[in-house]
This record gives sequence, C-alpha cells and structure tokens, in this order.
Amino acid sequence: MFAYLIRRIFFGAFVLLGTSLITFAIAFMVPADPAVAMAGAKADPHTLATIRHQLHLDEPLYVQYGEYVDRALHGDLGRSYIRRESVTRLILSRFPATALLAISAMALSLMLGIAMGLVATAYRGSFIDNTQLVASLAMVSMPVFWLGTMLLIAASAFTRSIPLGGLAGWKSLILPTITLALGSAGYYSRILHTNLSDAMAQEYVRTAIGKGLSRSRAMVKHAMANALLPLITLAGLDLAGLLSGVVLTETVFNWPGIGRLAYEAIFSLDIPLIMGTVLFSAFLIVIANLVVDLMYAYFDPRIRLEEMG
Amino acid sequence: MKARANAMELVGGAMVASLVIVAILAHVLAPYDPTRAVANSFGDPWAPSWRFPLGTDELGRDVLSRIIVGARISLEVGVAAMVVTMTIGVAIGLAAGFFGGTVDFVLMRFTDVMLTLPSLLLAMALVSVRGPSLLVILIVIGIVSWTSVARVVRAEALSMSQRDFVMAARALGAPPQRLIVRHVLPNVAPTIIVMAALGTSGTLLLDAALSFLGLGVPPPTPSWGRMIEEATIYFRVAPWLATFPGLAIFYAVLGFNLLGYGVLRRRAR
Repeated sequence: MFAYLIRRIFFGAFVLLGTSLITFAIAFMVPADPAVAMAGAKADPHTLATIRHQLHLDEPLYVQYGEYVDRALHGDLGRSYIRRESVTRLILSRFPATALLAISAMALSLMLGIAMGLVATAYRGSFIDNTQLVASLAMVSMPVFWLGTMLLIAASAFTRSIPLGGLAGWKSLILPTITLALGSAGYYSRILHTNLSDAMAQEYVRTAIGKGLSRSRAMVKHAMANALLPLITLAGLDLAGLLSGVVLTETVFNWPGIGRLAYEAIFSLDIPLIMGTVLFSAFLIVIANLVVDLMYAYFDPRIRLEEMG
Repeated sequence: MKARANAMELVGGAMVASLVIVAILAHVLAPYDPTRAVANSFGDPWAPSWRFPLGTDELGRDVLSRIIVGARISLEVGVAAMVVTMTIGVAIGLAAGFFGGTVDFVLMRFTDVMLTLPSLLLAMALVSVRGPSLLVILIVIGIVSWTSVARVVRAEALSMSQRDFVMAARALGAPPQRLIVRHVLPNVAPTIIVMAALGTSGTLLLDAALSFLGLGVPPPTPSWGRMIEEATIYFRVAPWLATFPGLAIFYAVLGFNLLGYGVLRRRAR
C-alpha cells in the first residue's frame, strides 16, 4: 500500500511537471511582446528593456522555465500583466464563488444521475429504459451555453424572483446549477446503468436473488456497492474540473468565478493569468486523481492486493 | 455481431443525412442572402412571421437563412476537426499499442499530461494567441481532443498485435508498417468509425463553444455559436434569436451521438 502511494504521488508530480512545460510553452506562442503589452505601444526602448529585465525575459529559456517552476512550487504564479496583482491571490479570491457553484452542481447531477440510472436499470429493456437512454443522450448533446441562455429566457419570462446573473443570495445559484448539472447527470445515469446492469448479472447478486431477496433490494443493497465506485471516481475528477472554473456557464450568468477570470485573461492576453488558471486546474485534477486512486485502493481490496503483489 | 440496425442508428443516421443534405444545398435552400440585411429591422429584431419563418436579427438578416448556411460551416468545421482529432489520436494510439515498450510508455505519459489540461481553456488560450482562423481552429480542436481516441485505439491495437494472425504475419517476416496497415488497422477500423461519429459531436460542441466565446470562424460567416452569442443581449426582447441556432447545434450533436451510440450498442450485443 505504501509503495503504491509513493508511486501515485511520483506519477502526479511527473504529470504536473509536464503540464507546467506545456503552459510555459503557451507563453512563447504569443506573437505580442509582453513588455509592450505592459508598457503600451509607444514606450521607449529603455523602458521596454527595463521591463524585460524585471520579468527575466532577457534570460535563456531554460533559466526562465526553472525560475517559473521554482516560484510555482512556492505558490507564486507570477503577477497579472493587466491587473498588476498576484495571480495566486486573484485565483484564490475567485475560488469561493466557483467552489459554491461546483459543489451545488455536482450534488444535483449526482442525485439526478443516480435516480435516472436506478430507474432505468430497474425497468431494463422496457419503454422507460429506452426513454431514459434517449433523454440522457439529449442531455449530453445540449450546448451548455445555449441551455443557460434558454433558462435565462424562461426565468425572465415566467418569474421575477430568480436572479438572472451574478452572485447574490442562494437563489442566484439556481440557474447556473441546473445549467451545469443536466449534462453530467445524463452521462452519470448511463454509466450507472451500464455498471449496475453488469453487477446484476454477477454471481453474488444472482445468489442473493436466488435466496429470496427481491430484485430491487438486491440492486440497491448488493449491486449498487460495486456499481457506484466507478461513478464516484468519475465524479471526483469532474468535481476537480468544475472547481477550476467553468468558463461557459460563468460567462452566461456573469458568475464571479475562476472561469470568468480565465475568460477575461484570455481576451486581454494576460499571459501569467492564463498560465496560472491552466496550471491551477491541472493541479486540481492531479490531486483529484490521487485521492480517487487512494479511495479505490481503500474500498476495493482487489486493487489493494494486486498492487501489493 | 451482424445484428439488424437499431432505431437509434436509423434515427441518428437520418438526422446526420438530413444535415449533410442541408449543408450541401445550403445556398439553394436559404431563402435570403445570410450576410445581407433583408428586413428593415436594424436594432429591433422581428419576430418569426410568414416572410421570415425564424425572424430576423438585430441587423435585419434572415435567421433561417443564417442557420441553413451555418449548417454548412458547422458541419465542415466539425468534420474537418474530427479528421484532425482522429488522425492524431489513431497515429499515437496505433504506435503505442503496436510497438509497446518505451514508445508506449512515452506516448501514454504524454497522453496523461494532455488529459490533465482543461481542454476548453487550453483551446481558448491557443486560439486567442494564434488568432482565430479556420486552420487554427481545426488544429487547436484536434490538439485538445485526441487523447480519448488515442487511449481506445491503443487498447485495441495492443490486443490485436497479440493475436495469432498478426504473430504469424510477423513470423513470416512482414515489416511493421505492413503489419499495422494490413492487419492491425482494418481490425481496429470499426472502433475508429464509432469514435469518429462520437468525436464529431464533441468537435461540433467545442467549435460552437469557441464561436460563442468570440473565438470561432471570423464574421460575417454565419456560425451557430456566434449567433447565440450575438443574441444574448436580446434574450428578453427577441428570445427566438438565441433559441433557433441552439436547436440547430442540439440537433446536429444529438444526431451524431445517436448514430455513434447506436452502432456501439449493436456491436456490444
């Protein structure tokens, strides 16, 4: 178990190093000179040279990359060109709004997805099952930003009590949460349906049914235990994705989160902020991967024993 | 294995076929010029009517014509981006699965790194630094979406390269490129076709999202995603402006998804 833990951590560190290299490369694909971006097009050569020196842009690439990684390891993601603020602080200041939305969307999509998956499996092969299949495909096929806009239209036409944008009170969570949750709920319901159907065909569940347990009880009490684990894995990774900001939904609802921050950074070509948000999101995914791997090893003895060899 | 086509495949196939026909005949079917003001509705979009079945936009352009011509653009971008995605994904997956060892290790660790990066954010960053043009958009969508293709193709290629007939051909002295092209690729092809259908729904959504964020094919070319973006400020007074282009995206994505999952379902039986 301990060796497994070490291996996973090592792997996570490797992946982060890889992502840092790619985000670092993005900065050098920009045709514009960052010094000019900061000082303006009419700045004199001396000012530009000073800025370049301050940003260490006059040093060799590998030195710049080394410094970048070193600072990132200390939690310093540089300073925003446009906002003149620490990137780390900017991201952290937007984190609560994003986390609030991420958690409420994840809760709704899991509840909806599990309910849909359970019902479809219980009525496997029936009209309900097929309807659920089409419904879930429809849910994943909807463009998020369009769904959000449609909800805006509906809310503005039928009610005055739901805020249409921004973050003010719990009611402002309603529309963005539904927007984000529907797609993943459709996806989760299908995953659960597949896993649950497989588990229902397993010996241990058939034995339980053979011994007189009702099908629905066998499904919820026995098959669910095995079917939920892959779903939780997926949800864990998705949650990390949500926590790093959801650009489209936050844009539609003017949500003051990391996604909007990234959106604004991209449009103002604020390179340190772009790199920061991308790296932050990769960091969350790596952590989530690690947690999920460990959870798996903890809950599923088959993996633990195999890994220990 | 060779079961009858199911309802999902048929409906999905019909939806995709209708889309292709509309895209090919776009300029014949569109009642008006999609890029020109045909109604006197500047700043005050007209609601759907007999003359303009889906209404007109804030510049007086016919929404129906824009959606029809937009089908062509969206399908072109979606399919071309899918081809780029599949080319990268299949090449990397085949190489990793077939050669194994160090090649496999290096390629798959690279895939792990790419999977960790947020795809929409990365796509936005790349398009904005290179400037939105058709070519940039195709390449960027390919760069951010090949990973899942590579993983699936690798798994298939790996199991194929262990089969007796490939072993036999190898023992007879067939060079690797012949083994890949003649023996492994044809057997991985059904998987590739399913992934292509599902991949197109993904590239369509990504392209629409980029257009919505103002990073799509530049105006005045009609694009479904940008039509929604332009319509957002009119969502109270002219809700049809955002509704219809979104329905078009939904229809296209659903069609490819139904087709892909339908084939997948039939093969799973």
